[in-house]
Amino acid sequence: MSEDKPKNLSRKWSQVISVGWFLAFRQIKGSNKSTTFLIIFIMMLTFLNLVVVSGILVGLIEGGRVANKKQYSGDVIVTTLAGENNIKRTNEIESTLIKMSGVQNISTRYISSGQVEANYKTRRDFSTPKDIAGTQVTGINIQDEEALSGISNYVDEGSFLNETESGYIVLGKNLLRRYSEDFGDVFASIEGTYPGDEVKVTVGKNTKTFIVKGIVSSKVNQVSLRAFVTKQDFLRLVDKADLNANEIAIRINPNSKITPDGTKANLINAGFANDGKIQTAVEATPEFLNQIRIAFALLGNVIGLIGIVVASITIFIVIFINAVTRRKYIGIMKGIGISEKAIEVSYIIQSIFYALIGGLIGLLITFVLLVPFFDAYPLNFPFSDGILVAPIGETMFKFGLLLLVTLLAGYIPARNIVKKNTLDSILGR
Amino acid sequence: MIKVKNLTKTYKTKDIETPVLRGIDLNVAPGEFLGIMGKSGAGKSTLMYQIGLLDHPTSGEIILNSKNTEQMSTEERTQMRLSELGYVFQDYALIPELTAVENVMIPLLMKGFSKSESCDISIKMLERIGLSHRVDNKPGQLSGGEQQRVSIARAMAHNPKILFADEPTANLDTISGYSIIQLFKELHDKGQTIVMVTHEEEYAKYCDRIIYLEDGKIVREVKQK
Ligand SMILES: Nc1ncnc2c1ncn2[C@@H]1O[C@H](COP(=O)(O)OP(=O)(O)OP(=O)(O)O)[C@@H](O)[C@H]1O
Ligand SMILES: [Mg+2]
Repeated sequence: MSEDKPKNLSRKWSQVISVGWFLAFRQIKGSNKSTTFLIIFIMMLTFLNLVVVSGILVGLIEGGRVANKKQYSGDVIVTTLAGENNIKRTNEIESTLIKMSGVQNISTRYISSGQVEANYKTRRDFSTPKDIAGTQVTGINIQDEEALSGISNYVDEGSFLNETESGYIVLGKNLLRRYSEDFGDVFASIEGTYPGDEVKVTVGKNTKTFIVKGIVSSKVNQVSLRAFVTKQDFLRLVDKADLNANEIAIRINPNSKITPDGTKANLINAGFANDGKIQTAVEATPEFLNQIRIAFALLGNVIGLIGIVVASITIFIVIFINAVTRRKYIGIMKGIGISEKAIEVSYIIQSIFYALIGGLIGLLITFVLLVPFFDAYPLNFPFSDGILVAPIGETMFKFGLLLLVTLLAGYIPARNIVKKNTLDSILGR
Repeated sequence: MIKVKNLTKTYKTKDIETPVLRGIDLNVAPGEFLGIMGKSGAGKSTLMYQIGLLDHPTSGEIILNSKNTEQMSTEERTQMRLSELGYVFQDYALIPELTAVENVMIPLLMKGFSKSESCDISIKMLERIGLSHRVDNKPGQLSGGEQQRVSIARAMAHNPKILFADEPTANLDTISGYSIIQLFKELHDKGQTIVMVTHEEEYAKYCDRIIYLEDGKIVREVKQK
């Protein structure tokens, strides 16, 4: 006999579910179509509110971080230590990196503060101020830089430098007034200046003229505020006692198992910790971006949670009104022997139905419409191209959260009505 | 089949106590068709609710199918209503969004029959009751007499040991009311135990025995067969 018990219990549950299911879908079928549509619509909006608001807020920052990593730092970056002029033993670091497992490519950059002067030929007399912009003159190996950041893709006007040519320069767009005037007086910038124009570049006591080859457009400061020349031209312009560089950006093979932290550790283990400042892309992200990201994520979640509360109240009211107006029928069903659990399950299934359909539509809109849309047309922000960040795991968690909250919001009022005295319910007292 | 001993029921509100049943003793034999009559307010419905396990008496004993019902848990009482009792209410008490056949199906589903089994049994039951052409109509699309037939089909589909009916004909015209009573008679002829409350002497004729309630007590008993 005792062996029968669990079997009986599970059979009972399957009956409870099947009756609950039956009742729930007859009720949904019999309910007002526009009301059903409206409730589903609310659930969809709640889900989108939960996913999209925080996703876009985080995406504003994430867009900046992604661009920073892609166009500037790579996965790991070595920079000059504070108080030093350059990265010591650059050459050894380079040759170690090239042999290091997981490293896909590196770009070594030579950087010096300098000035770009334009329009000096049309300057009327020496009393008018020079048209000058301060910049970081950056000497690069064209092939290496191209492999690491694909910098030529960001050329807005003209074209990028060429390994075989000398005397050309590519300017970051924010050095030019026509691009940077929106920022007010943040940067000193130069007038006019198009590809083909001549500019004077001064580093220390040396000045050389260059022909502007192109303008690169980016929201990453390390691109948009720099002036790029070839490594050879840089060394000709700048007096250097050695060949030590100022930046080594490292890209890890995306298919390798090595992490940025692992690569950083490899470099430190190889003994380069005191030669340069070794940072992963995350560490190299400006601290203010990290802080904004945390604040935005919090803000997005708070807004989303308020949405969830509103949605659960909506479901609560819908189920409550439904159950109250149907109290007599609930009583009759109990009277003829339908278990309380089955009736409660019917209401839980109804509320889950609304959340499930609404949430699924929301998921569809998020992944089929919004994410591709924002990838194609990012939100234009001064410091980033805002994308929609909706990681599958987190999004599914929010979907589950919505279902769980709706389940409770449907169960509580249903339970309250169902547990009322059967006869009182039937007789309406 | 039914044994009631010294049953009392007193409704209590804050400061008023209304004694409605004042000591009822009653036995119903298997297969018996019992009629309960009495003036309005005599306590007929109240008595039926107690015996039908829809309410708890204030004191006394109710034994159904040799089970003492006062010691049962709420779940056991629900289970008993589902498997051994059937109800026909004065106002039909059908679920409005379910069709005739679906109304009959729910207790069967609850008993563990599959959907198709329940559907087959329900359609057979509705056919037996003369409603084969109305199975897919919702209650709102049926006449009062038809609704009461659906309600009887629902009460009978799972072969209850006892069928309770509280003024099943009160809302019906003479012809529909008469056909309902005919239906009860047919069920009774096949051995169904029935307890029915009615106001109509005309319909009471079909009962094996009639008890008359007055002021919460059985004042008269008439055996007809
Ligand atoms: N919840 C309640 N609280 C107080 N008194 C009640 C309650 N329910 C019923 N009564 C009273 O109990 C008495 C019997 O009611 P009952 O419904 O059993 O009568 P009845 O014989 O079925 O009458 P009718 O023929 O009108 O249906 C009535 O006087 C009624 O007012
Ligand atoms: Mg009554």
